[in-house]
Amino acid sequence: MSVLDVRDLQTHFFTDAGVVKAVDGVSFSLDAGEVLGLVGESGSGKSVTGFSILRLVDAPGRVVGGQINFKGQDLATLSNREMRSLRGNRIAMIFQDPMMTLNPVLRIETQMVEAVRAHHRVSHAAAKDRAIRVLARVGIPSPADRLAAYPHQFSGGMRQRVAIAIALLNGPDLIVADEPTTALDVTIQSQILAEVQELARETGTALIWITHDLAVVAGLADKVSVMYAGRIVESGPTDDVLTAPGHPYTEGLLGSIPGHGRRGERLTQIPGMAPNMARLPVGCAFAPRCHRVDETCRAKAPAITDIGPKRGLRCFHPIVETEGAA
Amino acid sequence: MSAVETTPPPVDLGKRWRITSRMAGVAVAASLSMLLSGVGLPPLVSRIILLVGLIVLAAALLKGKYRKFFSGPSAYVATASLLLLVVLAIFATELSPQNPYDLRQLDIMDGRLPPGSTTFDGSMTFHLGTDEQGRDILSGILYGLRVSLSVSIAATLAAMAIGVVVGIYSAWAGGRIETILMRIVDFQLSFPSILVALMLMAAFGRGLDKIVIALIIVQWAYYARTVRGTALSETRKEYIDAARGLGLPDWRIVFGHLLPNCIPPLIVISTVQVANTIVLESSLSFLGVGVPITQPSLGLLIANGYGYMLSGQYWMSMYPGVALLAIVASINMVGDRLRDTLNPRLTR
Amino acid sequence: MLVFLLRRLAQSVFVLIAMMIVVFFGVYMIGNPVDILISPDATPLEVEETMARFGFDQPVHIQFLKFIGNALQGDLGRSFVHGEPAVQLILSYMPATLELALLGLIFSVMIGVPLGVYAGYKADRWQGRAIMTGSIFGFSLPNFWVGMLLILIFAVELRWLPSTGRGETVEVLGMRLSIFSADGLQYMILPALTLALYKASLVTRLARAGTQEALMQDYVKFARAKGLSETRILVVHVLKNIMIPIITVLGLELGSMIAFAVVTETVFAWPGMGKLLIDSITTLDRPVIVAYLMLTVIIFIIINFTVDVIYTLLDPRVRVRGEAT
Repeated sequence: MSVLDVRDLQTHFFTDAGVVKAVDGVSFSLDAGEVLGLVGESGSGKSVTGFSILRLVDAPGRVVGGQINFKGQDLATLSNREMRSLRGNRIAMIFQDPMMTLNPVLRIETQMVEAVRAHHRVSHAAAKDRAIRVLARVGIPSPADRLAAYPHQFSGGMRQRVAIAIALLNGPDLIVADEPTTALDVTIQSQILAEVQELARETGTALIWITHDLAVVAGLADKVSVMYAGRIVESGPTDDVLTAPGHPYTEGLLGSIPGHGRRGERLTQIPGMAPNMARLPVGCAFAPRCHRVDETCRAKAPAITDIGPKRGLRCFHPIVETEGAA
Repeated sequence: MSAVETTPPPVDLGKRWRITSRMAGVAVAASLSMLLSGVGLPPLVSRIILLVGLIVLAAALLKGKYRKFFSGPSAYVATASLLLLVVLAIFATELSPQNPYDLRQLDIMDGRLPPGSTTFDGSMTFHLGTDEQGRDILSGILYGLRVSLSVSIAATLAAMAIGVVVGIYSAWAGGRIETILMRIVDFQLSFPSILVALMLMAAFGRGLDKIVIALIIVQWAYYARTVRGTALSETRKEYIDAARGLGLPDWRIVFGHLLPNCIPPLIVISTVQVANTIVLESSLSFLGVGVPITQPSLGLLIANGYGYMLSGQYWMSMYPGVALLAIVASINMVGDRLRDTLNPRLTR
Repeated sequence: MLVFLLRRLAQSVFVLIAMMIVVFFGVYMIGNPVDILISPDATPLEVEETMARFGFDQPVHIQFLKFIGNALQGDLGRSFVHGEPAVQLILSYMPATLELALLGLIFSVMIGVPLGVYAGYKADRWQGRAIMTGSIFGFSLPNFWVGMLLILIFAVELRWLPSTGRGETVEVLGMRLSIFSADGLQYMILPALTLALYKASLVTRLARAGTQEALMQDYVKFARAKGLSETRILVVHVLKNIMIPIITVLGLELGSMIAFAVVTETVFAWPGMGKLLIDSITTLDRPVIVAYLMLTVIIFIIINFTVDVIYTLLDPRVRVRGEAT
């Protein structure tokens, strides 16, 4: 059975300027121990998708449709109290900026112990014990001493490790990681990636890794979903999608990554700017930036179609295999 | 660059409204001076002109922003009660059942009567009771309201005028003059106004003119600082450079551009300051260093009744206090709405 | 940094000297103290004698130089009424005012912080709006009238608390304080509440703004993602963050609290230095007025100086910018 099954999720923001459909019919599912890379530019709705799963979308945003089944339970039907008992316990989240996620005026000990004791009736000492073990596991040296420190006494990378440790505290079934390594140095980024991957394998935790960076996904995720303007435009096993992208947008994203064996090749970039979510075009949202666009694309939006084992694509003019290799 | 912004958007009125509001301003000034000097039109006519002029000015100020201003029930309540209290203050002479300062109308036999009692001879009912000299509390409140309002408005306007001159001058002049003026401002603002006013009144002695002067002295620095801040941020904007580039004389830039931009924040601050000044004046009068006993403000009325409070004759202090609270609270609430409406990015 | 401190210290000394001049000549204008000191039917000779004894017969500038000379030795004259050295007199009244101001500060935090945090949490709901409207009333209520109302309700009608006076005191570190005795504390509650009301409104607004800002921060969202209850988030995560600015502002306000105690002490007949000042103004007790003003100026200079130094330590930008705004 899948850990998480999201069906046709819709999260809209009701602003003065009109309704912004930040997430507009997103579906995916995830098995235990599986890693899903959710890729897209900023504003594509990938973070909102993550927050929707935890029911932490801030006003004026609201989940207005679809189902989020977590271990067979529709999260929308849960009371606030029941939802809270899942958060940080069965479903954990890691945020983008480690400088902002830890409360600057509380000791690490307080922030970790409270996370344990919010869900388990254990003594302070027991919770602290647990915190020390998890900190050690994410690679914090002399964790027992570091517990007494305040967040500003840690480096950015160390802070993110602490945040990851907090997410792992209660052994969740699912972790939603919202660009957790974007704000970090490249070396620390790869260290953390490797460690998180190992932890997920070991514990069987399913992981949603939200990022704008396909390169990160390449080494980490089992499968990938590419989002554009609130919709998933392409999804499938990571290797398949990366070697043979079907959507011009995915192709564009891949083209803009510098990589091994491509020295001397010119990096391509996607023309135009990220779309204005309040005023999307009638047809395919990517049409204004697409090099394969024609009248059909401008007239109506394409639906998701299966184009192979576990692969979905939302395009009228997909790139076929031979073209992608060229 | 496509276009340099040459016209600042201060209080934007159409031409007709600009003329109307100027006429209203003149009417207010004229009727006030006639009332104070006692010459010219009959007082009742002057008072009506004054009231109409004030309402027109308020309407001009809020033109096109009524919806934003009246965004909740409290805005309606505050505006209505402020309007009512201003009417009561302006027409105190006409509305009061009794002239509380005409000794011939007072009878010591009517002293300290509870609310609802009638005079010794049964000719008049004291709806809010009487004080120790047989004075009708309701009439005392109406007259006191007029004293409180006029003292604080006069002091606020004068302090604002001084503050505007000092603030704009120091922002415009800059350099040493600015430093010295702003040092004085900082120095004065570092002491609480009540203490400064208390000492001034102790030195001056009681008197309407004296308390107005004291209230001006404790307030001007506040305006000077605000105006300087606004003027400084305006002088850095491009349209001022453009105006200078066009060779406009300094006074045109100051009066045509700088001053109009300072008006929205000034209106918001002065509204709140009138309320603060009323409280300050009443506190001083309560302490016995404010208005003279012959022209009691609300604060002095409260002080007079204070001695009888503990013996249960609450009405002498209680009702003037309610009136004081009503006027201060409605001004503050209107000020709060004005801040949101004109939105000059102010912090308290 | 050191240069900044020295410059600031020099400025403080300058302010002190300026205030001495202002205060002396200001107070010199208040009436003729001799009228108070001796009976109206005294002979001209007696009047002259008294004038000479207090040095009133000398020209103003001589009196001023004498005043400065004595002031530098900590002597601001003897009270005409009490016959004690004025400084000593005021210092003996000071603990009563300080403990009142302190309890007032505590009350204003106890009232203002919960209301403000709740108003910030429910900012767009009727609860938040109601609290904000209520805080306008807090700003609007004149201090002395609130005091009278509290006396009327709690002392006259309900008879729960004493109306005026100070009650039992306990000697602590050489100061007579009410705050440590149950009886004394009863007498303090009403005046301290009165004094606290205005500041409570201020704290409410500060706390509300701080809460609204804190609630938008990632660490609050992260705390929610940890599954913490809203209560825990407000009471631990938000509160701890907003207390630092609130305490700073309140420290600044301690001075104005002492100043406003003048009114409150008069209403409640609280024997502090504020009431002493008002009594001295009525009796034209010049040395006490002067001493009160000088001591208050010193207190203010110390508070302002401390705040400046703390700001400088916290915010290096202040050091460059020569002036406060």
